[in-house]
Amino acid sequence: MSRGRKKRILIAKPGLDGHDRGVKVVARALRNAGMEVIYAGLHQTPLQIVNAAIDEDVDAIGLSILSGAHNTIFPKIISFLKDRGASDILVFGGGTIPKKDLKNLKSLGIGEIFTTGTDTHEIIDYLDRTLKR
Amino acid sequence: MKKKLSTDEMVKRLLAGDRRSAARLITLVENEMDDHHRVMSLVYPHTGKAMILGITGAGGAGKSTLTDHLIGKFRNQGKKVGVVVVDPSSPFSGGAFLGDRIRLQSHSRDDGVYIRSMASRGYLGGLSRATYDVIRIMEAMGNEVVIVETLGAGQDEVDVIHIAHTCLVLVTPGMGDDIQAMKAGIMEIADIIVLNKADLDGADRSLRHLQGALTAGSFEEGEWMPRVVSTVSVANKPEDLQGIDELTETIAEHQAYLRKSEVMDQVKYDRVEQELGLIFKDELQKIIFRGLRGTGKKREYIESIIEQQNDPYSVVKEVLNNYLIPGE
Amino acid sequence: MDNENGTETVGRGDKGSSGEDSFRNLSGFKIKALYGPEDISHLNPETDLGLPGEYPFTRGIHKTMYRQRPWTIRQLGSLDSPSRANERIRHLLKMGATGISLCLDMPTIMGKDSDDPLAEGEVGSCGGVAIDSIEDMRHLLEGIPIDEVSINFVSNSQSAVLLAMFVAVAAERNIPLEKLTGTMQNDILKEYQAQKSYYFPPRPSMRLTVNTLSFCNKFLPRFNPISISGYHLASAGATPVQELAFTLANGFTYVEEGIRSGLSVDSFAPRLSFFFKAHNDFFENIAKFRAARRIWAKTMRERFEAKDRRSCILRMHAQTSGSSLTAHQAENNIIRVTTQALSAVLGGTQSLHTNAFDEAVSIPTTGSEKLALRTQQIISKESGVINTIDPLAGSYYVEALTNQMETECYKYFKEIENLGGVISAIEKGYYARIIADSAFNYQEEIEKRKRTVVGLNEFFEEEEIDIELRAADPGFEDEKISGLTDLKKNRDQALVKTCLNDIREVSQGSDNIMPALIKAVKSYVTLGEIIGEMKEVFGEYREDYIY
Repeated sequence: MSRGRKKRILIAKPGLDGHDRGVKVVARALRNAGMEVIYAGLHQTPLQIVNAAIDEDVDAIGLSILSGAHNTIFPKIISFLKDRGASDILVFGGGTIPKKDLKNLKSLGIGEIFTTGTDTHEIIDYLDRTLKR
Repeated sequence: MKKKLSTDEMVKRLLAGDRRSAARLITLVENEMDDHHRVMSLVYPHTGKAMILGITGAGGAGKSTLTDHLIGKFRNQGKKVGVVVVDPSSPFSGGAFLGDRIRLQSHSRDDGVYIRSMASRGYLGGLSRATYDVIRIMEAMGNEVVIVETLGAGQDEVDVIHIAHTCLVLVTPGMGDDIQAMKAGIMEIADIIVLNKADLDGADRSLRHLQGALTAGSFEEGEWMPRVVSTVSVANKPEDLQGIDELTETIAEHQAYLRKSEVMDQVKYDRVEQELGLIFKDELQKIIFRGLRGTGKKREYIESIIEQQNDPYSVVKEVLNNYLIPGE
Repeated sequence: MDNENGTETVGRGDKGSSGEDSFRNLSGFKIKALYGPEDISHLNPETDLGLPGEYPFTRGIHKTMYRQRPWTIRQLGSLDSPSRANERIRHLLKMGATGISLCLDMPTIMGKDSDDPLAEGEVGSCGGVAIDSIEDMRHLLEGIPIDEVSINFVSNSQSAVLLAMFVAVAAERNIPLEKLTGTMQNDILKEYQAQKSYYFPPRPSMRLTVNTLSFCNKFLPRFNPISISGYHLASAGATPVQELAFTLANGFTYVEEGIRSGLSVDSFAPRLSFFFKAHNDFFENIAKFRAARRIWAKTMRERFEAKDRRSCILRMHAQTSGSSLTAHQAENNIIRVTTQALSAVLGGTQSLHTNAFDEAVSIPTTGSEKLALRTQQIISKESGVINTIDPLAGSYYVEALTNQMETECYKYFKEIENLGGVISAIEKGYYARIIADSAFNYQEEIEKRKRTVVGLNEFFEEEEIDIELRAADPGFEDEKISGLTDLKKNRDQALVKTCLNDIREVSQGSDNIMPALIKAVKSYVTLGEIIGEMKEVFGEYREDYIY
C-alpha cells in the first residue's frame, strides 16, 4: 500500500430518495482506486454535507441525485461552501440530470455531472485529473 | 484559497477554534508534509489539558453508537468534544471506506463537536504517531475531551489507544471464547470494560466471565481495578438505552482516580516517553534511509541478509556506526 | 422516484464478450451447452410439477391459465397532483388497462407533508402523486369504481395511513368495505433491504404491517394487504436468485408475524401477493417464476400447515426491468421489454407492467406508453403463446433451471436463518452487503465487457443523450403547499390534537392502530403529522453501514 497523499472524497446522497445502488457502486469503485471515501449516507441535508466535508478536509464532494431535486440541492451546497470559505472543495455529481440544468449547475461551480451510462473509470480519471495538486 | 493561508496563520486560527484550519492542519500532519514538525511545535504548548478517552473493540461491537452517546453526555457537561475515528485501509488498494460518521450523526449540527475520520494507511511514522498528532491538534483547537476510536484489530491500533488517559474496551455477549483469548490484552489496556449489547442472549454469562477474570487478576492497594459496565448503546428509543449514565460516571471516577493519585503524573510521563520514542524511531529511520539514498547501499545490505552473508543486527550496527556516530 | 424507472450506470465500448464465462445467467449459474433427460432425472412430474391449478402450482395457479383468465395489464397511473393522476387513471382504463399502479412522490414516500422543509424541490417528483391528506385521496379516486378496478398503491412505510384514507373515502362514497379491491405494496422488509424508504426501525414497522394485515383480514376481504416485492431488491442489485430467495424469505416472515398476531394462516395467506422483476435472461426468469410458486406452495403446506389451497398459491405481478433499459439507442428497449414481457407470460404471471421504452431518458409520451401497453396485447392476442397452458413444462433446460433456482434459494434461507431471521439479518447488514456486492459485480461485468449491453458496451454509436425528467408542473409545489396550508388552517384543531394523542397512545400499546388512523385522517390530520407523532414513539431508523 502506498503512502502519501490520498484523495479524500465525501460521498453522500442528499434529498429524500433512497435509491443508493449507484452511489454505493461509485463509492466502492473510488475506494478500489485507492481513495479514502467518507460515506455520509442517505437523506443528508446540504448543511450536514458541507460541514462533514469541511471537518474531513476532503478534496471533493460527490453527490447522487435521482429525484429531480438537483436544482434545489446543488446550489445550496455551493453556497454553504462559499459561506465557509471552502469553495476550493470540488463538487461533482451523478444521477438523472437533464442537459438544460447541467449548464446552469456548471456555471454555479459544479465540476462535473455524470449521467446514466457512465463507466466508473471515467469518474476515477476525472478525479485523478482534476485533483492533481 | 487552499494555498493562501500560511501554516502559522492556520495554527493561529486553529487556536481560535476554527474548524477549517483544524481540518487542514490535520491533513498536513496526516500526510507528513513539509511543515509537519513546525505545526506540531506551534501546537504543542496548547496541549495537555484535554481528557483523552480511548475506545476500542471488535467491529460490530457498537463503538460508534456508544461514542455518539458519550459525546452527548460530555456536551451536556458543556465540554467541547473532538473525535478521531480510525478505520482500516484496504490492504489491496490502499483506499478506505470511512463510514463511521453515519453513526455519529446526532451531533452533525453541533458546533461543539469535531469529528475526523482517519484511515489506518501505511503511515511511515506509524499509525500511532499520526493519530497522536491529530489528537494534539484537536486539543489545541480547544476540545476538552478527545475521543479516539479504533478497531481493536491489530497491534498498531491497540498502540494508538496507549495515548488515552482512560481506555474503554468494548465486548459483546457471545464473544465468550474471544474474551478468554483477549483477556491478557484487555487487562493490559482496559480501564473500563464495556459489555455492550447487554440486551442480547448470553449477556449474564459474559458478565460473570469478565468479572471473574478481573477478580482473578492481582491489583495493588489503591490501584485502579478495571470495572465492567453493561450497556445497550443501540436502541431506537432513548428509554431503551442502558448503562450510558453509569459508564459516564465510571469514566469520571477513573478520571478522579487519575487526578487524586500520583498516577496521572506517571501516566503523563509514560505517554510522553512513548510519544518521544515513536518520534525518535521514526526520525532516525528517516535520517538513515535518507543517508543511504542513492548509494545503492540499502539494496546491498538487504541482499546480503537474504543471502545469509550478513544478519540484520550486524547491518544495523554497521550503519549506525557509519551514519550516526562517525567519530567512533 | 420509483426505481422501476431507474437505469444503471454502465460502461460503454465496442468489444464483445466471449469465452466460456459468458454462458452464465444473471444469477451467475453456469449454463451447459446442452440439457437432456439426465438433468431432470430427479424430477417427479407428479409431485414437483403437478397440473396447472394444482399443488405445488409449478405449472401455474389456474387450471386454464390465460385461456380463460388473461393476465391483468397494469400500467402506471401517477402524476404530481391527485386530480391529474385521476385524469390519467381514467385515460388508462379507457385504453384497455385492467389495473392501475400508483406511485407516490418522494415526500409522500418519506412520510413528509408537501410543506416540510426537506420536501423542497421534490413535491410531485418523479411522476409520483403527492398525498398529504384525505382531501388528496378524494381527488385521486374521484369517479373511479374502486370496488371494480384494482388500484395498486405503490406505498410502503406509509401504507397504514394511506389505507386509512382509502377506507375513509370508500365510506364517504358508501362503498361497503367488503367490496373494496386493490393492493397496498406495504412490504416494509424490502425497504430496509433495498429501497431505503423507511422511517421507523424494522420491528415497529412490522407491527404496523401486521396491523394492516389484521384490519384487512377482518374488514376488506378482497383487498391485498401486502405485495411482497422482489422487484426493488433486483433493482438495487440483487441477482435473480437472490431476488427470489430474499422475497420468499420476506413472505414467510409476514406469514410468521401474522400467525404470531393471532391470525390463522388460512385466514390471511390467500391475500398475500408478490411482485417480481422480469429481467433480461429469458429462461432464468421463467425458472424463477416457476420455482417461486413451488417453494411457496411447499413451505406453506409443510411448514405453516396451510389447509386452504389458496394459501399455497403464489399470485404475482411482474414488471419488465427498468434497470435494463438504456439511454443509448433507446428504441432497443422496445425489444428488451418485449422479450422480458414474454418471459413473464411464459413464467405464468397474473399481472404485468411493461415499461415505456423511452423512460430511461425522458417522460414517456402518449405514444411510447401506448406501445408498452400494445406490446402486452400483441403477446396476448397475436403470438399464440397463451393457446396452451405452461408450454415450457418438461423442457430439460427449464426444469433443470427451476430445480437449481430452488436449491440455491434454500442455501440463502439457511444463511438468513443462521443470522436469526430476516429482521436480524437486516440489522446485521446482511442484505446491504450482498446486494452491494452483486451490484458492483454487475457493474464490473459490464465495464470489463463480460456482459453485453447492446448499444452500450457493444455496437455503441455516438449519440447525444439528453435526459428529460418527469418533473412536476412548475408552480405545482407552491400550489400544493398553499392548499395544504389552507387545509391545516381550517380544520378543528382541538380534534387534530386529540387524534394525534390517540395515535401516540395506541402506538405505545399493542392495539391495532387502524381505527385511530381512520379517525385521524377523517379529521384532516395529515400524513406528515401522523408519521411525525409515530416517530416520537417508535424512533427513527438509519442504515449505518457501508460495504
